[in-house]
Amino acid sequence: MPKGIAVDKQRRLRERAAMSDTTLLLTITVVVFFILYLAAILFLGGSFAKPQNFLNILNNNASLIVLACGMSIVMITGGIDISVGGVTCLVCMTCAVNLEQQGGNMMTVILIGLGIGLAFGLVQGFLVAHLGIQPFIVSLAGMFFAKGMTTIVSKEPVRVTDEGFLAVKDMRINVPGLGAPNKLGVYIPAYVEAGVVIALLVVALLFCLLRWTRLGRAFYAVGGNSQSANMLGINVRRTKFLAHVLCSLLAGLGGILYFLHVGSGDVANGAGDEMNAIASSIIGGTLLTGGVGNVAGTFFGVLSLNTIKRIVASLGFDEAWWSNITVAAMLCLFLVIQSVVLLRRNKK
Amino acid sequence: MQEGAVLEMRGICKYFPGVRALQDVDFTLRGGEIHALMGENGAGKSTLIKVLTGVHPKDGGEVHIKGVEGAAVIRSPQDAQNAGISTVYQEITLCPNLTVAENMYIGRTKGAVANWKQMNSGADKILKSLGIPASPRQQLGSCSIAVQQMVAIARAVDMECKVLILDEPTSSLDEQEVVKLFGLMRDLRAKGVGIIFVTHFLEQVYEVCDRITVLRDGQLVGEYVIEDLPRVQLVSKMLGKELDDMADIKGESGGVAVSQEGAPVLEAHGLCSDAGIKPFDFSIRKGEVTGFTGLLGSGRSECVRAIFGADHVTSGSVRMDGREIKIKKPLDAMKQGIGYLPEDRKGDGIVGDLSVRENIILALQVMKGFFRPFSRAQAEAYADEYIKLLEIKTASADTPIKSLSGGNQQKCILARWLLTNPKYLILDEPTRGIDIGTKIEIQKLVLKLAAEGKSVTFISSEIDEMLRTCSRLVVMRDRKAVGELTGGDLSQSKIMATIAGGDA
Amino acid sequence: MMTPVKDPKVKTKQAGESGLKRLTRHQMFIPLAALALLVLFNLIADPSFFAVSIKENSLGNPVLSGNIISVLDNASELVILAIGMTLVTASSGGQDISVGATMAIAGSVILRMVCGGQITADTMQMPLLLAVLIGILVSMVFGAFNGALVAYFKIQPMVATLIMYTAGRSIAAWINNNQLPIINDQVFKYAGTFLPGVPVPTPIFITALVILAFWLILKFTTLGLYTQSVGINANSSRLNGLDPKLIKLLTYVILGVCVAVAGFIRVSRSGSINYSRMAENIEMDAILAVALGGNVLSGGRFNIYGSILGAYVIQFLTTTLYKYDVPSTALPAYKAVVVILLVVLSAPVVREKLASLKKAPAKTAKEVS
Repeated sequence: MPKGIAVDKQRRLRERAAMSDTTLLLTITVVVFFILYLAAILFLGGSFAKPQNFLNILNNNASLIVLACGMSIVMITGGIDISVGGVTCLVCMTCAVNLEQQGGNMMTVILIGLGIGLAFGLVQGFLVAHLGIQPFIVSLAGMFFAKGMTTIVSKEPVRVTDEGFLAVKDMRINVPGLGAPNKLGVYIPAYVEAGVVIALLVVALLFCLLRWTRLGRAFYAVGGNSQSANMLGINVRRTKFLAHVLCSLLAGLGGILYFLHVGSGDVANGAGDEMNAIASSIIGGTLLTGGVGNVAGTFFGVLSLNTIKRIVASLGFDEAWWSNITVAAMLCLFLVIQSVVLLRRNKK
Repeated sequence: MQEGAVLEMRGICKYFPGVRALQDVDFTLRGGEIHALMGENGAGKSTLIKVLTGVHPKDGGEVHIKGVEGAAVIRSPQDAQNAGISTVYQEITLCPNLTVAENMYIGRTKGAVANWKQMNSGADKILKSLGIPASPRQQLGSCSIAVQQMVAIARAVDMECKVLILDEPTSSLDEQEVVKLFGLMRDLRAKGVGIIFVTHFLEQVYEVCDRITVLRDGQLVGEYVIEDLPRVQLVSKMLGKELDDMADIKGESGGVAVSQEGAPVLEAHGLCSDAGIKPFDFSIRKGEVTGFTGLLGSGRSECVRAIFGADHVTSGSVRMDGREIKIKKPLDAMKQGIGYLPEDRKGDGIVGDLSVRENIILALQVMKGFFRPFSRAQAEAYADEYIKLLEIKTASADTPIKSLSGGNQQKCILARWLLTNPKYLILDEPTRGIDIGTKIEIQKLVLKLAAEGKSVTFISSEIDEMLRTCSRLVVMRDRKAVGELTGGDLSQSKIMATIAGGDA
Repeated sequence: MMTPVKDPKVKTKQAGESGLKRLTRHQMFIPLAALALLVLFNLIADPSFFAVSIKENSLGNPVLSGNIISVLDNASELVILAIGMTLVTASSGGQDISVGATMAIAGSVILRMVCGGQITADTMQMPLLLAVLIGILVSMVFGAFNGALVAYFKIQPMVATLIMYTAGRSIAAWINNNQLPIINDQVFKYAGTFLPGVPVPTPIFITALVILAFWLILKFTTLGLYTQSVGINANSSRLNGLDPKLIKLLTYVILGVCVAVAGFIRVSRSGSINYSRMAENIEMDAILAVALGGNVLSGGRFNIYGSILGAYVIQFLTTTLYKYDVPSTALPAYKAVVVILLVVLSAPVVREKLASLKKAPAKTAKEVS
C-alpha cells in the first residue's frame, strides 16, 4: 500500500531502530536456546551442567550441523533439498564398502564422500536452476535415488575395521579448561571428536560466505525476489545452481562426518536427517519462503532441537516416539512464533 | 551510428506465442536528451525496453551502443548494465529482504567480497543528496512503496550509465517526488546521459522531454521533436485516429441530475479502519458521482476500502437507503449491492491464471453461493455479453486474464462488478497505467452508469479526470478528510489549494 | 503488454501447427504418454503381464487375479490421497507431506475402536460404520490442524505438515499404547479384500465411489472455482467476497477425509497395523501423482482427473518393477530415475527446446524459398 512521504518521515526513526528479519529471528533462537539449557540445568540438575554432556550434543550431531547449514543455504535461496539424508546414507555405505572390501583409505573416503555430494549437487542444481523444475520434486527423486542406491551398494550393514580409519574416528580433542574429576577423583578432560572441529569450521566459513561475499548476498537476493534479483543484474540461475551444489557437497561432507561418528554403513544411517535439518533450519530462523536466515541460527537450531530431545528423555519419556512428538511440538511452536512475529511486523 | 547517438536500435522484432509484440522497430537515443517513448497499452513500449535490457531475447534486429564495436550483444540484465544501460522498471524490482544500501549496490560491484562500509556510506551520500527519507541500513521491505521506487531510481542514477531508462517511474510517486525526479533527470541530461522516459502522463512528457517516439501495435509510428507535436496530435498518433472524444466528455460533465430527495444510497458516520485513517463521514445519493482526492498516501484508497470492508473496520456506522447495516467483510458489502474495483489491479483485482470468463463471473458466483454454481452455458453467456459490451480485446473467453493488456484486464474487472448489478460502485484508480483510449471509455461509462441511476465513487490521480466525472469531491490530507467541494468550487486551482491546506 | 495478432497469415500458421503441439501441451499428455510407454514396454517384454485369471483366494472364493487387477487394487489408497492432495495443492500452493503419518493415525483409531481397546479381537466391538466415521472425524481434526497452520498462521504447507509428518506415527502408536491390535473379524477385512461372492477387490469399488463423489462435488458446488481462485490470488479472492483462509482450511479437512478412507482401506487389508511402515513414503507418491497429472505444484489451476491418472501410472510402474524382480528396497532408485525423466520432459524449458528443434529445419527451408 503506498504511503505518503509525510507519514514516512514520522516512521523513520522507528524503522531505523527495527532489526532486519534475519537478525530478529536469530536473536529469538539464541535466547530460546539459552533459556532452554538454563532451565534444564536448574530443574533437571547435574547431568546438563557437565561440560562433556553439552559437548556430546556436538559430538553426536556434527553431521547434522553440516547438513542443516547446507539446507539453510538452499532455503535462503527459496528452495529446499530433502535428499540430504539419503546422500548421507549413501556416502556412509559407499565409504564403508570402500574401506572394508576395496582396500580404501581415509583419502578415498573423503574423495568418495565429496564426489557423491558433488554429483548430486550438479544434477539437482542443473534440474532446478536451468530446467526450472521445483526443488521439492527434484530432491524428492534425489532422496529416493540415494536410498535405493544404498541398498544396491549393500543391503547388509558394513562395520569398518580399518585401523587407520578407527584412529581418526576415536580421535579425541580435549577442550582446555573444561572437564571434571570422576568418581575416583581422576581429572577427565572434556573432549570433542574430530568431526565437531570440521563442523564448526564449516559453520564459520559459511557464516562469512553469507555475510561478506557477493555470492552470499546473491543467495539472499534470489530468495527475496528472484525476478528482481535478475533485473538487478544477478545471475539467478547460476546462484540457485551453486546453492544446490553447495548444499549437496555439504551433505556429502555430512555423510563423511556421520560415517566418522558411527563407523559403519547401514541402510538406516541418516534416516530422517532431512527433516531434522529442515527443523533445525526453521528453529534457527530460516524461512522456507527464502531470503531470511543465517547459519549461526541454524547451529543454535541444531543445539535447541537436541537439547529438547534430551530434556524429554531425562523426564522419563524413553520411548522413541516421544522424541518425535517433542520435535514436532518444538517445530510447531517455532513456526507459530515466527509466523506471528513476521505477520505483526508486516502489518506495521 | 548517427552523430551524437548513444543508442541505436534497428529493425527490432519480438514475437510471443500468437502475438507480434514488436515489428521492425527503430529507435535512436542521443546523448543529453530526454526521449519519451509513447504508445497505448500493448503498443510494445515495455517489450522494447525489456528487449533492450536483455530480459527478453529479441527475434530480429540490431542494437548499437556508443563505444561498442558492431552490434551489441545483450542477453541478460547484467550485459545491459555492463554496456552502460541502467533501468528503473514499472514494477519495483528490488529485493525487500535486503537493506536499502545493498539494493543499491548488489549485482554491480566487482570482486568476490561485499564491502558493507563502503556500500553504506556510498548509499547514505546518494540518499541524502536526493532527499530520500530512508536509512541505508534499513530493510527495504519496511519502506513505503514510494521510497522503494526512489531507491530504485537512486540505484539507476548512481550507475555511471550512458543510457537511463525510466519505465513509468512516476506512477507511485507524489507530486513533490516527481518534481525531485525531474530535477534529477535534467541534471543527468546536462551531463550527457541519454534518458528514455516512458509514462502515461502527457503533462510530464511536455514538462521534461525533448523528443518523442510513438509506437502503435508493435510498430514504429514516428520520432518527433517535442515542439513539433502538440498534445492533440500526440494523442491521435498514439491512437491512430483523430480524436474529439476528449471534448465530448467535457460537454457531458455535470449533465447528470442528482435527486436530493429521500435517504442517501450510502451514508457513513465516523467510519474508521485499522489502515490508519482518521474517522470520516461520507454520503452518496442515487445517480451521483463522487470522488476522493488527495495526494498518494493521503488515505483516499483506505477510505473506500473501509466502506467496502476490505480493511478491518474499527468504528463508525453505515446506513444504506436509511437502514443501519454492518459491513465486516467484502461479502457483506457485496450483498448490500456495493462493488469495488481495487487500486492494485495485479495484486487485488485479477485472478491471473483464471480465464476471462471465470474472472468476470467470480463476484456474482460468490454472491450466488457455494452450492449453486453457474452452468457453463450461463457463464459463457454472461462473459460474452460483457466482452462485447465493454469491447474487451481477448482471443477468447477462455484466455487466461493475465495474458491480456492492462486496460483490457481492467475492463474485465469492471465487467465483473457490473455483472453483479451494484447500486453503488467504487472505482479506485480504474484508469491508472492504462492507455488513453480506455481511460476515456471508462470515464464515459462512469457517467453512463450514473445516468442509469447508479451511484459511483471515482478515484483518480489525474485531477482533470475527476473534474470531468465527479459532481462532488472529498479532499483528503494526511489520512484525514479535510474538505468537500461541489459545484462552482470544482476547479483545478481550488482542489489544489484544498489539498495543500493552509489558508484555504 | 501485447496485442493479439490480427494478421490472418499468422493465424493460419498457428492453426496449422496446433495439431501435434496442442496434443503435447495438453495437461493429460504426460500421464497418458507415460502410461502408454509402460503398457508398450510390458506388451513387448512380456504380454502375459496383462493376463487376468480367476483364482481362489484364501477363503476359497473365486476372485480375479493378475497384474492389472493388482495395479487397480493397490493404487486405491494412492488415488484417494491424490485427489485430496490436488485440492490442497491448488488452494495453498503446497503439499501435505503428513498423509502417510495421518493415515497411520486414522488406521490406529479405527483399529482401536473395532478392537474395543483389546490387543486382539475376534469380533468387532463396535459397528464398523461408526468406527470408520470416528476415524474420519479424527482425521478431519488433524487435517484442520494442518490447515489452520497453513491458513491462519501463514506457514508454508510443507513445513506446517512437517509437524504431523514427524509426530503422526508416534501419535498413532500412542493411541494404542504402542500395542499392535489385530482384528480377526472377516467382515472388517471386506473393505480391504473382497466382498463375499464378488470377484473384484473391494478397494476398487471404494475408489470408484470416492471419484464419483468428487465428480459430483465439483459439478454441484463451486469448490473448484473457489479453490483455484484462492490459490492463484488470495487478495483478489477476498475482495470478491471469498474467505481464502476458510477455503484453504476446507481443502485440508477434505484431504483429512481422503486420508481416513485410505487409512481404513490399508488397515482393512490385513486387519492389523505397523505404525512405522504402514503407507511409508506414500506422501511422496501422492505428490508425484499430482505433479504427473500436469498440476502445477505451486497452486492455482488443477485437474483431479490428471492426478487420478497419475496415481494409477505410478502404481503401474511400481507393479512393473516388482514383476521384473527389482528388490523392493531398490525400487525407489528406479522410480526416481523415471520421475526425473518425466519431469524433465514436461519442463517448459525442455518442451520449448524440443519444439524449436523441430521448427528449425522448417524455418531454414522457408528462408531459402
